[in-house]
Amino acid sequence: MLAMSDAASETSLTVALLGNPNTGKSTLFNGLAGVRQRVGNYPGVTVEKKIGHLTHAGRRFTLIDLPGTYSLAPRSPDEMVAVDVLLGRRGDLPPPNVVLSIVDASNLERNLYLVSQVLELGLPTVVALNMTDVALQRGIAIDVARLSAQLGVPVVEVQAHRRRGLAELKAALASAAGVAARPPTSPFPVAFQQEVDLLASHLDESASNGTAPLPRYLVERLLLDTAGYLTSQLLDAGQKAPVELLVEARGRLAEAGCAVPAVEALARYGWVATVLQGVMTRRATRPVTTSDRIDHVLTHRLWGTLFFLLMMVVVFQSVFNVAAWPMEWIKDAQAAVGDWATKHMVDGALRSLVVKGLIGGVGGVVIFLPQIMILFLFIAVLEDCGYMARAAYLMDRLMVRVGLSGKSFIPLLSSFACAIPGVMATRVIENRRDRLTTILVAPLMSCSARLPVYTLLIAAFIPKRSYVGGLLGLQGLTMTAMYLVGVVTAMFVALLLKKTLLRGPTPSFVMELPSYKWPSPATVVYRMVERGWSFVRRAGTLVVAVSVVVWAALYYPHDQLVEGPFRERLAENAKKLVQLGKDDPRHGAIERDQARLRNEILGAYNRQSYLGRLGHAIEPAVRPLGWDWRIGCAVIASFPAREVVVATLGIIYNLGEDVKMDDEESRGQLAAALTSARWDNDIQRPVFNVPVALSIMVFFALCAQCGSTLIVIKRETNSWGWPAFTFVYMTALAYLAALVTYQVGMWLTA
Amino acid sequence: MNRLADVSLGGKAVVRSVMGGDDVSLRLLEMGLTPGVEVRLVGVAPLGDPLELDVRGYRLSVRKSEAARVEVELLA
Repeated sequence: MLAMSDAASETSLTVALLGNPNTGKSTLFNGLAGVRQRVGNYPGVTVEKKIGHLTHAGRRFTLIDLPGTYSLAPRSPDEMVAVDVLLGRRGDLPPPNVVLSIVDASNLERNLYLVSQVLELGLPTVVALNMTDVALQRGIAIDVARLSAQLGVPVVEVQAHRRRGLAELKAALASAAGVAARPPTSPFPVAFQQEVDLLASHLDESASNGTAPLPRYLVERLLLDTAGYLTSQLLDAGQKAPVELLVEARGRLAEAGCAVPAVEALARYGWVATVLQGVMTRRATRPVTTSDRIDHVLTHRLWGTLFFLLMMVVVFQSVFNVAAWPMEWIKDAQAAVGDWATKHMVDGALRSLVVKGLIGGVGGVVIFLPQIMILFLFIAVLEDCGYMARAAYLMDRLMVRVGLSGKSFIPLLSSFACAIPGVMATRVIENRRDRLTTILVAPLMSCSARLPVYTLLIAAFIPKRSYVGGLLGLQGLTMTAMYLVGVVTAMFVALLLKKTLLRGPTPSFVMELPSYKWPSPATVVYRMVERGWSFVRRAGTLVVAVSVVVWAALYYPHDQLVEGPFRERLAENAKKLVQLGKDDPRHGAIERDQARLRNEILGAYNRQSYLGRLGHAIEPAVRPLGWDWRIGCAVIASFPAREVVVATLGIIYNLGEDVKMDDEESRGQLAAALTSARWDNDIQRPVFNVPVALSIMVFFALCAQCGSTLIVIKRETNSWGWPAFTFVYMTALAYLAALVTYQVGMWLTA
Repeated sequence: MNRLADVSLGGKAVVRSVMGGDDVSLRLLEMGLTPGVEVRLVGVAPLGDPLELDVRGYRLSVRKSEAARVEVELLA
């Protein structure tokens, strides 16, 4: 075994895959690695770490998928990842043997900018030329052999979405690895290169003993780093001198006619022009392609807006309504499994743990899958066909007002259905601050799990009044107000975050609007399944664990003394049932009484559970919101998932745990129970009135009562700090808003 | 001198320089808005911002505020 793995490692190759966004990089990665891939995170940053494995001619390849980028000029920790991986500066990954650089043939000029940076690294490189079919449609012909000769590295033509050219590509990778490292080619003018030499030698001298010298590419980047990120990362705080050196060197370069930072773009695009000489022939006038015509309509002031709205309605309705069917099946399946377990297990703690804790917890994970998969089906299609960038383009103006960019629109819109896929969808946002802000406000959008809470309380406490000749109903207005509370709060929080914690310049919207193409079904399906699976795998265990903890808090100490007052009556009823026989007219009434008694026992257990006691303990804290301990208890119990609050209220008010929100009668019973509830210490005073109902609704509109969302935030931000922050700020806001709602409500109704 | 944000819909211009040295200016340069390159304003988003440009044979979107950093010479 050991010998074999040694032999394998000898022939094992590490390949780093790099390319611009929209070049078909993910499609190529999936084509090469298939299902043999692992997704994780790089520590300390929010970049996804995708590693794939493949074998070709007995050789093992480890394929590292680097994030799509236009340039290897790091200006943030996230952008630094690709450079560090390529230069072998990360401990968690071996330095790559080969760089696989994928380029879009229909946009070769700009794509070669990145290639010119890659070639400067001096690593063996293979270029995959993708989308030559699109290029041909645009009247662009490319001489591949000549391109390869001019670049000095192998160029392989591929059609990633048709899986063509992959075998040739693998062969090229295998043979490229054997070649000794090429001497790096620099596109820069001599004056610039001399300044790099000067700076490099100075840094070597001043470096403390034992530290490896900085790779030349990074020295060059330091000189070009006018934005200042690299300077702060690579130079020690003590090294004042190099910073002055940088300023002096840039001054000399400006005098020599190589002003930083423009010199880089000029040099690289100049180099690209030389490389492309005789390689690319373009028709004199660019033909108007189908993509251009589609773009004309889809970015049109009227048609483009209408299409966008239509698209959003379709996406939102699907995530909201279509997903409701499979979600119903999952609930039914969960109930069936639960019933089966109930029937086949002995009554006791273990059965309760299995049914409520485990089956409930697993169901609580699986229930999110339909929404996640449906949203990502749409996102994958929109992204793959090129519309995603247009959607951001259309909505940017709107989002800039709250300090975000158009890219935040779709994640936030999907959060109205469910914040979990919404948070997962923020990966399209490259800017870290922007992405974090979007993640942190996404749970404020009123998701579908808040609906049962709104529906129940509105039906029970908001009068059925209508205005403007029946056009506007008070109940409907209240519902709309709840959605607005979330949106308006999100806008303020986003603005505040961008001014404080996540302060920074508005991220640029300088990005490519890719040409339209048919989405590749394989990529779409892959993306959808991958997202769903990654949620189950990475959030599943924690969601189940939280569910078990809350189960335990609601179950224990389970003192059977609480059954005492009911036992006699239960036994009496049971005896009567046997005596009367099935056909007796009194039979039904007694059975109903039995059910009522069992529900009361359930309620009694609940009240004496640790969570019930906690509810009592926190009553002073929730009293200013107009809540009694039972509401407090239900709110705490609904921490893993806010829709649980309805079932918890059902148990606390002795209606059993089967309150069905879609069943008029069942909902009516709970509403009636809530209306007749009285304070423990004041039998005359109803617990619920309009201000209390509103205060609960406002609390639920703003609170972070969803364990799964918090866990997904942890996964996406790669830290526990952000979910903790989300929970604290949302709970604080929810508490304050509920307090204001109740107090103002009481003052108005007094 | 005119700015890229001043180009009229369908109009062309030649880039003269990109001002500034922060993230946005660097990105504009990287995306190919280098001195001497010709650009055409293909469209404006329905809400009036951002702009859609044709540069180096591809479509680039920039906000007006970003386009204002680019000095251009308008072409007839």
